[in-house]
Amino acid sequence: MKTWTRHHLLSLRQGVARLFAAPLATLANIGVIGIVLALPLGAYGLLVNLQAFSGSLPTEPQISIFLAPGKGTSDHAALENRLKSASGVKTVRYVSRESALAGLKRSPGMAEVIASLRDNPLPDAFVVTLADGDADAADRLEHEFRTLPGVAHVQVDSAWVRRLDTLLRLGRTAVLLLCTLLGFSLVAVTFNTIRLQVLTQREEIEVSKLIGATDAFIRRPFFYFGSLLGACGGITALGVVFLGFRLLNRDLGQLGALYGVDASLRFLPLADSMAVVIFTATLSWLGTYISVSRHLHSVEPR
Amino acid sequence: MTTVEPVISFNDVSKRYPGGYEALAGVTFDVAPGEFVWITGHSGAGKSTLLKLVAAIERASGGTVLVNGQNLSALKSRAIPYLRRNLGLIFQDQKLLYDRNVFDNVMLPLAVTGHPYRDAARRARAALDKVGLLERERALPIALSGGEQQRLCIARAIVNRPGILLADEPTASLDAEYAETIMTMFRSFNQVGVTVLIATHDQALIERWRPRVVALARGRLAT
Ligand SMILES: Nc1ncnc2c1ncn2[C@@H]1O[C@H](COP(=O)(O)OP(=O)(O)OP(=O)(O)O)[C@@H](O)[C@H]1O
Ligand SMILES: [Mg+2]
Repeated sequence: MKTWTRHHLLSLRQGVARLFAAPLATLANIGVIGIVLALPLGAYGLLVNLQAFSGSLPTEPQISIFLAPGKGTSDHAALENRLKSASGVKTVRYVSRESALAGLKRSPGMAEVIASLRDNPLPDAFVVTLADGDADAADRLEHEFRTLPGVAHVQVDSAWVRRLDTLLRLGRTAVLLLCTLLGFSLVAVTFNTIRLQVLTQREEIEVSKLIGATDAFIRRPFFYFGSLLGACGGITALGVVFLGFRLLNRDLGQLGALYGVDASLRFLPLADSMAVVIFTATLSWLGTYISVSRHLHSVEPR
Repeated sequence: MTTVEPVISFNDVSKRYPGGYEALAGVTFDVAPGEFVWITGHSGAGKSTLLKLVAAIERASGGTVLVNGQNLSALKSRAIPYLRRNLGLIFQDQKLLYDRNVFDNVMLPLAVTGHPYRDAARRARAALDKVGLLERERALPIALSGGEQQRLCIARAIVNRPGILLADEPTASLDAEYAETIMTMFRSFNQVGVTVLIATHDQALIERWRPRVVALARGRLAT
């Protein structure tokens, strides 16, 4: 056990020493890994933010029915009854054009716009919520309401939320795909780096074998070297994304202030960040494993 | 008279290199524990090849090589490191690590076996002291003279206290006086029980010490 610890400490030291032995090459490698991985990582970060945003939106379908101008309240009552009796309708709420205007006035930035209007451009409306979130039901009702007398325009309000959800799912697949591809390139980068390492360490490997080093002893520093490279690359990628989000947040903050909302991007949670580093280290370990298995026994003492 | 188990035993050993060149053929001899043996012969006679077979650097094409009772042709490659830890190897081309200092070169065999640092350092200094290089422990091998480099190789070979010492032309590039000191070292290791095999074509040295000689000529035993 003690020997084991000693061996690993020694290998770790050697791995680190080899990283520092060629600092420029090491920096270049870490840079390449970091920047390449920042791409899917940034996309993932944006996705997480968008998801949180879309999660805060109501997803139960709403249908707004805007009425043609100039109808009396009796027409409204008849229409309300028709809406209530339609199958799949949960609630029906009447929004008069006056209350709609008053609501709009309360939105930031809108007050001046509305004050400049001579008369109220808004129509009376009904807002209908549906019993279930089924998109087909919403479409069927939309068609049905459109034919009712006195209805000028029908709009399914939740449609874009669902579209956003679909888009997010698409985005998630794209990020996953990108991660897989770039994961492969990370394995390839380490494979190549380790191949070069084996070449530069040729003499040391040969001499070590001659004085009784086991394969495990010879491999170990390479594993530390490769995994550290991957971990540093992962940390660099996180750093790049962090800086990118900081920059975006400066602009988003101004934009959000205009609309009175908090529009800042949140950085990846700690658990995700740690997972990223573990993930890159593991992939590099894999690249090292393949490379070392292929190249180490080409160095046989003669 | 009791027969002791030989530490090294060659039985009808042949070695054919890829390309078909037969470097050794029909070589049979035993080395008893604590023996001091010269391997002699002209250049290309197969001296280095013979030593490489003992250290499992090359594998015999025919016959059997036993080292400490282990049949090397049946040895799994995973077991080779453990065989070599009981051998002290001194190579014709030295095989020092030129990017490490003298001390670290001698520490290498102990690092490989996972020796605790303090004990390893003590042993490495003792080995360096034996070959008279203790004052140079911080120097890089390149800063040493040819003879000092050779002594560094010896220190690295003995630091693990091996039972068998194999040296390939250890005095090749040295003047007679230097060669003499180095031979004295090998004698002193032999006197404490280490089995020593030295390949050389330095006839003068052999005349002087007159230990057992295994002579090779064109890959065959000449005596
Ligand atoms: N790896 C190899 N591949 C092919 N032939 C080899 C190889 N190593 C040695 N030989 C040949 O085997 C023969 C014996 O070589 P070896 O090195 O054992 O000779 P030696 O007695 O040590 O010679 P020297 O005194 O010059 O060191 C030589 O003819 C050499 O060319
Ligand atoms: Mg030779």
